[in-house]
Amino acid sequence: MALTIIDACVNCWACEPLCPQQAIHAAKPHFYIEPTQCSECVGDFADPQCASICPVEGAIVDAAGVPLNPPGSLTGITPERMTALQLKRHAPTPLHVIE
Amino acid sequence: MTITVLNQGGKTALTGCAASSCGSSADALAQLPEALRAKINNHPCFSEDAHHHYARMHVAVAPACNIQCHYCNRKYDCSNESRPGVVSEVLTPDQAVKKTLAVAAAIPQMTVLGIAGPGDPLANPARTFATFRQLTAKAPDIKLCVSTNGLALPEVIDELCQHNIEHVTITINCVDPDIGAQIYPWIFWNHRRIKGRKAAEILIAQQQKGLELLVARGILVKVNSVLIPGINDEHLKEVSRIVKAKGAFLHNVMPLISEPEHGTFYGLTGQRGPTSAELQTLQDACAGDMRMMRHCRQCRADAVGMLGEDRGQEFTLDKIEQLDVDYAAAMVQRAQVHAAIEAKRAAPAPITPTAPLVTLNPQFRTSRPVLMAVASGGGGLVNQHFGEANEFLIYEASNRGVRLVGARTAGRYCHGPAQCDDSSAQRFAKILRVLAGCEVVLCAKIGYEPWQQLEAAGIIPNSEHALESIETAVAAVYQELSASGRFSVDSVATQRRSA
Ligand code: SF4
Ligand code: SF4
Repeated sequence: MALTIIDACVNCWACEPLCPQQAIHAAKPHFYIEPTQCSECVGDFADPQCASICPVEGAIVDAAGVPLNPPGSLTGITPERMTALQLKRHAPTPLHVIE
Repeated sequence: MTITVLNQGGKTALTGCAASSCGSSADALAQLPEALRAKINNHPCFSEDAHHHYARMHVAVAPACNIQCHYCNRKYDCSNESRPGVVSEVLTPDQAVKKTLAVAAAIPQMTVLGIAGPGDPLANPARTFATFRQLTAKAPDIKLCVSTNGLALPEVIDELCQHNIEHVTITINCVDPDIGAQIYPWIFWNHRRIKGRKAAEILIAQQQKGLELLVARGILVKVNSVLIPGINDEHLKEVSRIVKAKGAFLHNVMPLISEPEHGTFYGLTGQRGPTSAELQTLQDACAGDMRMMRHCRQCRADAVGMLGEDRGQEFTLDKIEQLDVDYAAAMVQRAQVHAAIEAKRAAPAPITPTAPLVTLNPQFRTSRPVLMAVASGGGGLVNQHFGEANEFLIYEASNRGVRLVGARTAGRYCHGPAQCDDSSAQRFAKILRVLAGCEVVLCAKIGYEPWQQLEAAGIIPNSEHALESIETAVAAVYQELSASGRFSVDSVATQRRSA
């Protein structure tokens, strides 16, 4: 029973001080949860603390590999809209000058 | 989606909250209570005069954050007090203390140490307070300040007040949870993630409570707001009224900087930043009785030095690790330097920068106000080469006098022969955007090519006042050009017309 940080992690440090088991380490290339130490916060908090503050969707996953913060859950931008926005970003955009 | 050119123009970090009165910083300070004035007097970020003499630094000891703002993507420093798109090296408290002492010994003018990120200092209480605790003990001659989103402020206020803290900056973008919900998607509160309107409600309540508690304890509070067109622009007037009524001594409005490549929510969804004109209008609208911070640059979280120059490269970790600072000795030398600065500041100024020009030259009463950009490396002088200027100080000259209205960041025009190639045209285009609305550029020196390009763009380059005081130079140029009829009321700025 342990959560895992995967490469979507941006190394923001937010999770590290919150872990009741001191299971999180500032490792390279990204933060790391020591699986033998992680209790998924059971007995300490109602929600896993790392996943409750992590700002990046998909960075923390459970034992089955399912993200605790799935796409769209934090930004409010659904995966479909995100793809559309990113496509638009890379398409040539008309320049328009305001006075 | 349409990307506006001015979206990029939002890079000009022009900030500040000014008053309707056209006075110097000395006038502005004169309106404040004595105790406040003493606190601000030596602070380079608050006093226009002090920033010519004193320096500040930031250390990046606080990486974590407890809220999400739509203008942040966590890969870069918090834009609350830093330049967006910049990443600071995170230091441990011990490293930060060592760096601070090393800088304070090397730059005796350094009087203020701030913690402003890269996350929220109060969301990292252990790291932030370990740094403050050591500095309060080891370097009592350094003032401490902190910037926060306010969420954790009421809970840590007792601990905060034990240190040598004089200033706290709270970023308050709204006082209405419905607006807040469009700026903050979630907060981390009491061990849970809370989203939407409820999250904004808690954050706003904590910010206001924190502001009240700080004012009650006599700590200076500055409020920063990020101007987000279409979301909180009109609302910021209300924010300004409320925070000032509660005792914030300064309300500083900063532009949203939203570049698609920063990958923020606003960047992705095409939320634009304000134009220089929109920003200035709002700053004027929410002006109080004082005008300060017009000279503010959004510094990076690990900035070192006088405002506008970053000497961070001289104090990297590997360099300071090797230093052995004798701070007791440094403190004696610092006290001498500060006394000399104060003696100099107390001496009567050779010129009165705000003396109304109209009394000198009644015939220019018909001249309109004009913006001039000045390349200055500090010291209140026109002393920088145009090609070297990273930023321009923007002055307004009118027949009422000369006043500083802001600072705009450009990025160097010339990076030396290696880079002076095809992209120089692009770089110049960027400089022109930064200079939007300015009719004159004053600098110590300028090359033939940029001179011609400026003239072609309708801007008058002037390098005849090298090493003169900025106010005197601006006044002289204004009078000279007014006499030639260039600024007569019915002449419109060529640059504005062609923009
Ligand atoms: S789930 Fe809880 S115990 Fe496990 S790493 Fe996250 S914070 Fe630590
Ligand atoms: S909070 Fe998320 S993004 Fe930040 S360090 Fe932890 S896992 Fe990485």
